[in-house]
Amino acid sequence: MDQVKDVIELTIPAKAQYVGVVRLTVSGIASRLGFHYDDIEDIKLAVAEACTNVVDHAYKEVECAGGINVHFRIFEDRLEIVVKDEGRSFDIRAVKERSGPIENHLPFTSIRERGLGLHLMETLMDQVDIHGGNGVVVTLTKFMQRDEVERNVDSPAKTESHR
Amino acid sequence: MNVSIEEQTRTDQATTLVVSGEVDAFTAPQLKEKLMPLCKENHEVCLDLSQVEYMDSTGLGVLIGAFKQLRSQGGRLILKGMSPRLKRLMQITGLTEIMDIEDGA
Repeated sequence: MDQVKDVIELTIPAKAQYVGVVRLTVSGIASRLGFHYDDIEDIKLAVAEACTNVVDHAYKEVECAGGINVHFRIFEDRLEIVVKDEGRSFDIRAVKERSGPIENHLPFTSIRERGLGLHLMETLMDQVDIHGGNGVVVTLTKFMQRDEVERNVDSPAKTESHR
Repeated sequence: MNVSIEEQTRTDQATTLVVSGEVDAFTAPQLKEKLMPLCKENHEVCLDLSQVEYMDSTGLGVLIGAFKQLRSQGGRLILKGMSPRLKRLMQITGLTEIMDIEDGA
């Protein structure tokens, strides 16, 4: 039951102009799986945020920018997207502490312009795991709702029941 | 995967910009380049976002930058025509609480 059914892999240069390609790809995969419109938009945005973080941070101190490797792992009941880079690791705890919505009791001059990405990922996805080390691995998970699982007609059990 | 920014109306004090397309890490700098000088010159800047198909945190960052610039001069940034999607992002990030949002385009 909890086995990965299919894996799609995509590697892009860590440049802003290619993040849109990952967005289009995940949108295609999620709609193929039968996710609803709002879920597809949530997934697109979360994946884009993860990739944009790599573009902004991972290869800052390295001479040539590396790649972003994205695995789309399709399960019976969920889609898992694993975003990997081989760039600079960062202090995950510090980033998590900074993450959160804008606080409106603070003076407007202290409102930050960046750092909303992780908060958006955590709000829009069902699970977000971040592991550091040699580069950073972000795993984003979105579960299908029951009727979405039923619409995922690739399932062998479903095919048989039609016969 | 492009953005376009058109100036709609301009008076002495206020300018309206119509933003359309996708605002992401690649296109947000174009929006920033167009928007920030206007924020410095104007008292009131209105952004019509009704034709924005996609915006992520980099786009929200540009809106925050514009908001801060105008506020520091005692001015105002007005956002109008936001899709339910965009409204939801503003809600999640807490921006609904601080920004001037008008319904309709």
